Amino acid sequence: MKYVDEFREPEKAEAIRREIAKLCHQLEKPIKIMEVCGGHTHSIFKYGIEEILPQTIELIHGPGCPVCVMPKGRLDDAIAISQNHNVIFATFGDAMRVPGSKTTLLQARAQGADIRMVYSPLDSLQIAKDNRDKQVVFFALGFETTAPSTAFTILQAAAEGIHNFSMFSNHVLVIPALKALLDNPDLQLDGFVGPGHVSMVIGTDPYQFISQQYNKPIVVSGFEPLDILQSIWMLLQQLVENRCEVENQYNRIVEKSGNTVALQAINKVFTVRDSFDWRGLGDIPYSGLKIKPEYAQFDAELKFTIPNLKVADHKACKCGEILKGVLKPWECKVFGTACTPETPIGTCMVSSEGACAAYYKYGRLSTIAKRTIPKVTITQEPLPACGFFSD
Amino acid sequence: MNIPPQNSIKNPLFQKIEQARHRQGKVRDTHITLAHGSGGKAMRDLIDDIFVSSFDNPILSQLEDQATLNLARLMQQGDRLAFTTDSYVVDPLFFPGSDIGELAINGTVNDLAVSGAKPLYLTCSVILEEGLPVETLRRVATSMKAAAEKASVQIVTGDTKVVHRGAADKLFINTAGIGIIPRGVNISAHNIKPGDAIIINGEIGNHGTAILIARGELALETDIESDCQPLHSLVETILHVCPQIHAMRDATRGGLATVLNEFALSSNVGIRLFEESIPVREEVNGVCEILGLDPLYLANEGKLVVVVPKENAGKVLSAMKSHPAGKDACIIGEVISSPPGIVLLKTLFGAERIVDMLVGDQLPRIC
Repeated sequence: MKYVDEFREPEKAEAIRREIAKLCHQLEKPIKIMEVCGGHTHSIFKYGIEEILPQTIELIHGPGCPVCVMPKGRLDDAIAISQNHNVIFATFGDAMRVPGSKTTLLQARAQGADIRMVYSPLDSLQIAKDNRDKQVVFFALGFETTAPSTAFTILQAAAEGIHNFSMFSNHVLVIPALKALLDNPDLQLDGFVGPGHVSMVIGTDPYQFISQQYNKPIVVSGFEPLDILQSIWMLLQQLVENRCEVENQYNRIVEKSGNTVALQAINKVFTVRDSFDWRGLGDIPYSGLKIKPEYAQFDAELKFTIPNLKVADHKACKCGEILKGVLKPWECKVFGTACTPETPIGTCMVSSEGACAAYYKYGRLSTIAKRTIPKVTITQEPLPACGFFSD
Repeated sequence: MNIPPQNSIKNPLFQKIEQARHRQGKVRDTHITLAHGSGGKAMRDLIDDIFVSSFDNPILSQLEDQATLNLARLMQQGDRLAFTTDSYVVDPLFFPGSDIGELAINGTVNDLAVSGAKPLYLTCSVILEEGLPVETLRRVATSMKAAAEKASVQIVTGDTKVVHRGAADKLFINTAGIGIIPRGVNISAHNIKPGDAIIINGEIGNHGTAILIARGELALETDIESDCQPLHSLVETILHVCPQIHAMRDATRGGLATVLNEFALSSNVGIRLFEESIPVREEVNGVCEILGLDPLYLANEGKLVVVVPKENAGKVLSAMKSHPAGKDACIIGEVISSPPGIVLLKTLFGAERIVDMLVGDQLPRIC
């Protein structure tokens, strides 16, 4: 496949792997690297990247799956909006199975709500144009990656004077989430593989604080297997050379200052919330986007009555610890037994890009567990039997 | 009262009316109405005009409530009956490379064929939504007729129902089928043994991708066509060179991954796939990249997965390649003893990962 196959060549991967192994020999201790983005987590498992790395590299799967970090309360709000008479609720497909406190959008649709899957927010605007007698609400979620397209859609709705259209904004910001993670004393990381799609919008400059204030290197990475391997190699180079910088592996797409047009659209339509609740991570200050008062007519939170309740994560769920790399998914009591992709309890099992779902779906736990760097500080109750993964 | 003598009915005018009354029914409406499912004249006309004339065979033309089949003739062909049913609800009804009618024939023919059976007779039940253009139904029936001829099966009985507008989506078809399994053929997902080779007859995911594109929601254009085709003749070719086939299944909904998981669970064996050997078209890979889907789970309508003892793999592969429906056949994996019940994929980079059962539908991701 043009522009893709060349990033999947086994011979090149083997060459980078050998270089990575050489660098690992020069480092005195095992290395923990967090890939922030769920897309990276997905690729790492899909191609088995971690398995071909030296055992002294441990990959921690961060909070960068936008669906996974949606809190239950916001899902309940979305479902409540969808159940309004005369509402067509439009959403991306992967939000359909995310559980709220009682149900999912998929179940709400089966019970009669008019919920439609779309591939772009502009599709939902078209639904509004085609159904003038209905209120059409788009479930806007995602990081800075998807925020520009929802902002452009609101601007277009305003320009065309479409009044039966609004958005339920749940956009979140990557930088406050990274800050919250870095401020957590549990987290012991040596570097970050930075998100590629988000950086396409915000650029690489906003990550400077990671290297300057927290002394951690970060390499913004593409999503193909060779992209990720090269990014890990670049991170190790920094560690070997005792450097701590923001580097850009994904420079075929990402520019230092990002995409000005996209950023302007976000700034025009959205303002930052004082706080936003993240599934698994709790409240993070200034980490969510809401629609500005100038575009209030397109704000579903103002147009509809919603429960607006905070719903705590399940007590047994250890997603917070897993997102911080403190625990591995199988160290959570409910992983693979009560919590599975069919019946997800926690954030990380919800979408295929979540760490637990990736481990469950792709991972041979017996193999992965063997290569995991032993920890001495964690005391855990006995693990649930996981015969499914025995080998 | 004077009763007219019998011969007075021989009035030419009356004879003309009687002839008209008994002539073959013809549908004059442009769209299906509830009357076409009422059991009356309109329904009879629909059955005559669309189904009997299209499917055209002596068993169906009897128009009894059942098809009557000659047992002795069936028993000459084998010692077991294979019997299956499937319903077809695809949207859109017509898509690149095929349509719901051809699908309804080939799907049931293939379900029979993968047991080693020779498919013989099919039923056809349709549920029509009020308002469906009659021309659409006619096109579908013509397509079914062509597919049945290609697969050498006869559609011998059927049923027609019409539901209110909105109670169904245009047209649903159910086909059931029977076929005869020759003596000595024993194909089952329970027969698989470690060491067996796994062969597929060509590219995966073409049908699923063609349907996704045909729905027109993606604003993508490709020339991918459905792989819908009957597989009975390919199966016959395989059995001719290797009657000891262990297992065979067509990889339809749920794709290749689902079939292999079913195999692994049924025989309590492991399966190792080789990513580099699995044939996937560039365009299918491209659509999957954009939407976050996995071609291993995409639907096929003409793909056959064959599990064969390793020593027979070469001759089965050659035989498949010599057949038009198997010209792109290749070995994609092997059966292993451990881990039991699990399908593994050896990735391009030499790592191994699990290929799990699909949970729900594959849903497009957002970024």
